[in-house]
Amino acid sequence: MRIHFKTTYEQDIRLFPDLWTACVYGALILLAFALPYLINEFYIGEVTNVLIWAIAGLGLMLLTGQTGQASLGHAAFLAIGCYTNTILIEQGLPFIVAFPLAGIITGVVGAIIAIPALRLHGIYLAIATIALSILADDIIVLLEPWTGGVSGKFPEMITVFGLEIERWTMPTRFYYLVLVVTIICTLFYRNLLRSPLGRAFAAVRDSEVSATAMGVHIARTKATAFGLSCMITGWAGALMGYYAGTFNNETFSIVISITLLMMIVIGGLGSIHGAFFGAVVVAFLPQGLSILKDGLIGGGVAIPGLETGVFGMILILFILFEPMGIYGRWLKIRIWFELFPFARKDMFRRQKSYLKTERLR
Amino acid sequence: MSLLEIKNATLKFGGVVAVNDLSFSVEEGEVYAIVGPNGAGKSTVFNLISRFYEPFAGQFTFDGQNLLDRAPDEVADLGIARTFQNIELFEHATVLQNLLVGRHRHRKSTLIEELFFAPRVRAEEHRHREAVEEVIDFLDLQPYRNKMIAGLPYGVRKVVELGRALASGPRLLLLDEPASGLSVEETQDMRWWIDDIRKQMGITVLMVEHDMGLVSGVSDRVLALADGAKLAEGTPAEVQSNPAVIEAYLGAGAV
Amino acid sequence: MFGSETVHSGRGEEILEVLQLLVSGLANGCVYGLIALGFVLIYKATEAVNFAQGDFMMLGAFVTLGLTNAEYLDLPFWIAAPLAITIMAVLGYLLDFFILRHLFGQSQTAVVILTIALGFVLRFVAGLIWGHEPQTLESPLALGDVQLGGVVLGMADVAVIVVTFLLTWSLYQFFQRTKLGLAMQAASQNQMAAYFMGIPVRWVQGLIWGLAGATAAVAGILFASKGAIDPNAGLLGIKAFAAAVIGGFGSLPGALAGGLIVGVIEPFAARYLAAGYSQIAPYALLLAVLVFRPHGLFSQVRVKKV
Repeated sequence: MRIHFKTTYEQDIRLFPDLWTACVYGALILLAFALPYLINEFYIGEVTNVLIWAIAGLGLMLLTGQTGQASLGHAAFLAIGCYTNTILIEQGLPFIVAFPLAGIITGVVGAIIAIPALRLHGIYLAIATIALSILADDIIVLLEPWTGGVSGKFPEMITVFGLEIERWTMPTRFYYLVLVVTIICTLFYRNLLRSPLGRAFAAVRDSEVSATAMGVHIARTKATAFGLSCMITGWAGALMGYYAGTFNNETFSIVISITLLMMIVIGGLGSIHGAFFGAVVVAFLPQGLSILKDGLIGGGVAIPGLETGVFGMILILFILFEPMGIYGRWLKIRIWFELFPFARKDMFRRQKSYLKTERLR
Repeated sequence: MSLLEIKNATLKFGGVVAVNDLSFSVEEGEVYAIVGPNGAGKSTVFNLISRFYEPFAGQFTFDGQNLLDRAPDEVADLGIARTFQNIELFEHATVLQNLLVGRHRHRKSTLIEELFFAPRVRAEEHRHREAVEEVIDFLDLQPYRNKMIAGLPYGVRKVVELGRALASGPRLLLLDEPASGLSVEETQDMRWWIDDIRKQMGITVLMVEHDMGLVSGVSDRVLALADGAKLAEGTPAEVQSNPAVIEAYLGAGAV
Repeated sequence: MFGSETVHSGRGEEILEVLQLLVSGLANGCVYGLIALGFVLIYKATEAVNFAQGDFMMLGAFVTLGLTNAEYLDLPFWIAAPLAITIMAVLGYLLDFFILRHLFGQSQTAVVILTIALGFVLRFVAGLIWGHEPQTLESPLALGDVQLGGVVLGMADVAVIVVTFLLTWSLYQFFQRTKLGLAMQAASQNQMAAYFMGIPVRWVQGLIWGLAGATAAVAGILFASKGAIDPNAGLLGIKAFAAAVIGGFGSLPGALAGGLIVGVIEPFAARYLAAGYSQIAPYALLLAVLVFRPHGLFSQVRVKKV
């Protein structure tokens, strides 16, 4: 077991608590950059998909895991990011400007939408965001001149400083693009967690009354969380558009919203790891299931609702048996090995806490 | 001029008068205690000062500034920190993080700087941590620094909440029943801390407390409340011997 | 009733059309109201929200269909319907017993997402058993129309409206008058206190889930009598959700009223608004209610103390 003797404040502040952790993550990033030389293009495409979902997961995690606001409407923000990016590029902006701007615009829209939604709590917020997700579909159709309505849009080829990037013909380049965005988003997330705003998010999540007494402006903090969450989600949406190659009003449906929320719950709420673990499940579940199905009943038989059904079952099992998600399980396994042979079953017994009903808000 | 001055405060919930034409003032550097039977409106006074409740009538002045002009989250900026009767900590964060939230009113960095963790954010983090470590030393919280609140015993939580309020570097500290639920030893610790908070740190303390031992041990002046109105005010000894107070506590005929 | 002269004039036809829209809207609204009733029942008793209530309705319809349709078990409708209602009630109770009871102490968000996942699973299971083709329930309610002074009323619509009002009324009476109903209310308002007063809180909550299952089955039978159903019919639950919010969570008559409002708005929006805008109407109303009257149109908001 590693023991931290803290001698400077830096140990709590810097990115990695010790040299070992820094090495592990450094190796992971090196591996990620070397990946195209290790696996073939098909799997690079799949890994790209995982990363895009992970970015979207980070976005929602910031809101749900860190600030405690569940949103079932984040597909709407994926859509805003995707359409904004495509439209900006069609207007002649270069990708390197349009892409960041698309995220920022999505964030601003999200913060504006958040202002009335902030007065809602728990289930009411969930309902409002569901309505938002459904409305997004209809609004995209209504805004046909910009969005192309039902027939949809095709994103143009990306050009970064003369370098062309396309998902189908150049999957490796597209992978590197997504990887860079992933690293940037993860850094943003991590930086927020170690600065005052990140702590204010947690404060709002756990006790609004005492957060207020400590000088945290609840509404402003929540709107900021919503905005930042939507910004990251917007970037994920833009990348999803490129990954899919074409999109219309039905691409970012309510099912995507729900999948995203389930994904971060399965991964583990409130942790960066959780977003990545969850993304792996979401991205590989369809493949895994189709391999299983081909093995059991032969290929070619379509079972509608199979993926969502199985996904739902996985989620139910996690909530019942491992509410901290895959990340929670991972921590337990790690501690078990670190303490071997001294780990005891009771060490991980869940702390029963009772639901606090709504109090002064 | 008094540090905190409350004049003719009145608050009604529906038909119930929670605070009735109450006036009192707290001088800089003193420990001022509010006592009274359950439902006398003690915590309500705190919630009025914190601006959680809008008073029906009355004036609230802190250091010459009108408190009623401030939103609930701006009260902390003036230098007023508080604890809660039923501990309100951030359950899913560590002790250190809880205390650091206490520093929130000193946040100077902007959103953009924090996203990129600019050098200024880092420098400020160092300052916040220095301040918090002083509090940790003062309250002997070292063993719990990186523990989650959710797993801590009640007595420690009470101390952490005091620490969070102290970390904000307040001029006025509102303690809502600091000794409720604490053991005799823990109450004794609390008493020394309150003494030190006033003497070493020069912080004015306004507290609501049931434990008369603690109240007479640390406070300079005591205000006895009943049904939201002032019953008596004076030194602990004066208030404890006041016939009206004894009657309110023990019932009619006890005098 | 309208005389034949008014029918011939343009204004009379307009009134007839409005009436026709109103009746079909009311019938749809009743189904929404019934599903919303299930939401409210569970919310009242457990502070949880069952996002799978729409899928319960779908399942109730399919269970009845499986019992009564000729190609399945071919039981007489009047035996199949009560049987299906019982099955759904038992299913509701079992869901609480095996799953929801174990969530005690977890956040509301966990319950929300769990019931959504449950909906996915139910939809998948229903698809496996009954397939994804729309099917119609062989129901005696589905037969025939009634002509009422120029307004054509489907028997099914009439049945839906009558049954819904009866059911809402009896549930309301149940909660206001009977000992068990009061116990359920008490359990919702303060679990701990109710427990100490000798109310078996867990059992009562299980019963509520059973009751919600039964209500969903009734809604399903009525809905399937009005038209075809398929496993995705449960998505109707979202509209019922809007209904429950508009009516104010926690009030049974409110849920019905909310359902009727959503039900009536739909056909009128479709008739009088431009194409893309009509689907938006119920959700726009929902958002407006959430923003301006977050506790529903018919509630008195209470402020809680620190």
